[in-house]
Amino acid sequence: MKEYNMIVIGAGPAGIAAAIEANKNGLKDILIVERDEYIGGILPQCIHNGFGLEYFGQELTGPEYAYEFIKELKETNIEVLTETMVLDVDKNKVITALNKKDGVIRVKGKTIVLAMGCRERTRENIQIPGDRPSGILSAGTAQRYTNIEGYMPGEKVVILGSGDIGLIMARRMRLEGADVKAVLEIMPFSSGLVRNKVQCLDDFDIPLKLQHTITRIEGKERLKRVQVAQVDKDFNVIKGSEEWVECDTLLLSVGLIPENELTKAMDLDLHPVTGGTFVNENRETNIEGVYAAGNVLHVHDLVDWVSEEAEIAGKAAADYINDKLTKRNTTIKITPDKNVTYSVPQKIEYEFGDKNFIKIFMRVTKPMEDVKVNFNYKDENIVSYSKKIVMPGEMVTANLPTALIEDHMDEIKVSIVKKVGESNGKK
Amino acid sequence: MQIIIIGAGVIGSAIARELSRYKIDIKLIEKEPDVADGTSKANSGIIHAGYNADANTLKGSMNVKSNPIYDQLCEDLKVPFKRNGSLVVGFKDEDLKKLKAKKANGEKNGIKGLEILNREELLSKEPNINKNAKYALYAPSAGIISPYELTIGYADNAVRNGVEVLLNTKVKDLIIEGEKVKGVVTNRGKFKADLVINSAGLYSDKIAKMAGDNFEITPRKGEYHLFDKIHGDLVSNTLFPMPTEKSKGILVLPTVHGNLLIGPNANTIDDKDDFSTTSDGMEEVFKGAKKLVPDVPQNGIITSFSGLRASLSSNDFHIDFSDNKKALINLVGIQSPGLSSAPAIADKVTEMVNHYFKVNNKKLKIKDNFIETNPSYPHYHRYEEENEVEKWQQIVEKNEDYGEVICRCEHVSKGEIIDAIHRPIPAKTVDAIKRRTRASSGRCQAGFCGPRILNILSNQLDIDPLEVTKKGKGSKILKAKSKELILKDIKEENNVGDSK
Repeated sequence: MKEYNMIVIGAGPAGIAAAIEANKNGLKDILIVERDEYIGGILPQCIHNGFGLEYFGQELTGPEYAYEFIKELKETNIEVLTETMVLDVDKNKVITALNKKDGVIRVKGKTIVLAMGCRERTRENIQIPGDRPSGILSAGTAQRYTNIEGYMPGEKVVILGSGDIGLIMARRMRLEGADVKAVLEIMPFSSGLVRNKVQCLDDFDIPLKLQHTITRIEGKERLKRVQVAQVDKDFNVIKGSEEWVECDTLLLSVGLIPENELTKAMDLDLHPVTGGTFVNENRETNIEGVYAAGNVLHVHDLVDWVSEEAEIAGKAAADYINDKLTKRNTTIKITPDKNVTYSVPQKIEYEFGDKNFIKIFMRVTKPMEDVKVNFNYKDENIVSYSKKIVMPGEMVTANLPTALIEDHMDEIKVSIVKKVGESNGKK
Repeated sequence: MQIIIIGAGVIGSAIARELSRYKIDIKLIEKEPDVADGTSKANSGIIHAGYNADANTLKGSMNVKSNPIYDQLCEDLKVPFKRNGSLVVGFKDEDLKKLKAKKANGEKNGIKGLEILNREELLSKEPNINKNAKYALYAPSAGIISPYELTIGYADNAVRNGVEVLLNTKVKDLIIEGEKVKGVVTNRGKFKADLVINSAGLYSDKIAKMAGDNFEITPRKGEYHLFDKIHGDLVSNTLFPMPTEKSKGILVLPTVHGNLLIGPNANTIDDKDDFSTTSDGMEEVFKGAKKLVPDVPQNGIITSFSGLRASLSSNDFHIDFSDNKKALINLVGIQSPGLSSAPAIADKVTEMVNHYFKVNNKKLKIKDNFIETNPSYPHYHRYEEENEVEKWQQIVEKNEDYGEVICRCEHVSKGEIIDAIHRPIPAKTVDAIKRRTRASSGRCQAGFCGPRILNILSNQLDIDPLEVTKKGKGSKILKAKSKELILKDIKEENNVGDSK
């Protein structure tokens, strides 16, 4: 069986960045396996701008962002297999994949980088009752039809969920001449980036109805109408608020789920909140030499963070093969505390080496202003950062300086608290 | 001799297949774009052991006769079938008596292997069952099947044996000359026949009425939730609660494809085309299932759907010649256990047809070239289940389409989808492909494979992508080409292109 130093599953932004970074760190024999006929993952269908501000310091479209990496990839000897679907990965890091040219492919990786991305939640996941006509699809699928296949999936559109893809598609459908009736959001706030709300809805007079949902779908063949209702703070439908909205298309942007089913046979520890694996600071899973990066690990709002995270995994895999890593005596748990939904990584397991800090990615439970991000060991504050605004739709990041981490610390809690009126345990 | 069968559900398709053993011109007429598009597409998919009904009723005798046929039948038709066993679960002391009565009835019907289990025996069979369960009636011969695949298997086989299947063909009236039914009038013209068989399911009363026979089919809706395969091993037997007057209750069972299924509830409705789910119903199904298995997951639902039972007030099957006109056989009220009874019903109707022609001095002749079995189409997931993935290599080497995976959730290749499009009953819609290949029936619900299946259908059927439908006329997936809508808007605003 052919053995590679690294097999990357998925040639989206995470997979490509991980492979390039491993290569930069001296790793040879790298294979990327991609199911689509082109590489770049979801980016080629994201023809809007807004990518790259963090990573490249300039605003790019999705295809342009992908191209920057693809260009670099082509300069390397990294092997890329496109139109190849990985169907199984086992504990011995053996991958089974299938394509037209080679048929059944079995290869082994000394390291594996999981970069399969995520999938969209469906109507069925959120259980909207009613008929099952055509015209109901996820916003991402609609985006593929519109931007890759060259077809419009509908003319009179309602969008459920204010995730970024939903907001982007509201504008995209409007630009294509569709009548976008409304974007409905069950939460009291938009779950997408603020800039997307402004640029995609406000600029086009598309109403965003907060605390609204769909309670029934009608249309035996093609979608005819949806019943829209207001909900209270506990998400219960407010009786009498129901109204029917005529439409032929319902786009769903109701959340993303990391795609970890492929690795079921590996018994990876899955995090109940992120839906991704538990990882250490190297993005290494509970199986040594198996890494996860990008949306398969936790759902990101900016691809820039994906690239950065994948580079961590790519470098770590190279260092692992080149025997440059030493495990710490004690594992440090990183635990989300007050107002933090989750944080990544969940633990620190290796010696810091030349790392000056460890960047912690986290999500806040609710929109807040004038807050502090606190890293605490027990009641003792290690470091704090001020943030003007934090939102659930926008990832919060903060650096944990390695110089401030002492040997006896076995758990560091991260919290986000209001600056004024709330004590954060630090004078 | 010419026979017309109205309705290509499991019953009509089974009859067509059995009659195709004889030298008869058979037309199987179906109003929908695919076979199995009514009651046969959405039900529990159970082959009952047959302990419920009295063997003196048609229901009872047909079920009991059919059950043992299924192993060979499914092997012949290449339909997945598994004898997983069933358990009727009692929670009260007085349930024991009822279970014993069921067992006695089953034994009278000739069913073997029935056992009353105590709590410990039950828990060892089903560790996830409600710990308050006390007794159960175990029937090892009960099975699970894919009802639409059985129907498709029957219909495909019928076509191989010369039956003509007319889809999208709706019977508007019967042609009646004097005392005799002589054929049917459809939206696609008139078709003559020496004998007409009405197996129109939910609409069998409407067809019967055309000959003056009075029946009333009341649709009774049952809603279901289907779960991700990761929950497929929550139970291994089909679990029934104690039955009520109205129905067999809400079940928890594995499907033959390895998913978990819960349902159905039972609500009488008016509209025979109303396959919608309701919020109350969805909740009721959950509640019912949790009584049997408290750990039924809240998440992991792949899809929720509802099916309609074609129920008749007599509460038994009606299978007989028309009371008013000659040359018409009515099959009315074939609700549960209709699926479990299909092979015996087809045999019974075949006998009736033989008899009918015999008394009319026209003896039916057996074909000597009847094709008993369907060919086996390769399915990657079966190779996976058998741990024989390496053998798939030979299949890809013969045809590279089997190497291109289209449905990532269910691992379905392009080759399998193309096969489905070219089967005797061709899959021409996205739903038809789903029923034959499982493509798009997984957790992402076509999010990934939807556009890809659409392209394959468009290419193979040589139609514009805009013409591809989910389930036939009116259910197109796309609306326009990119730029078409906006250009239309602009033209209208500028009043150009209207210069005549």
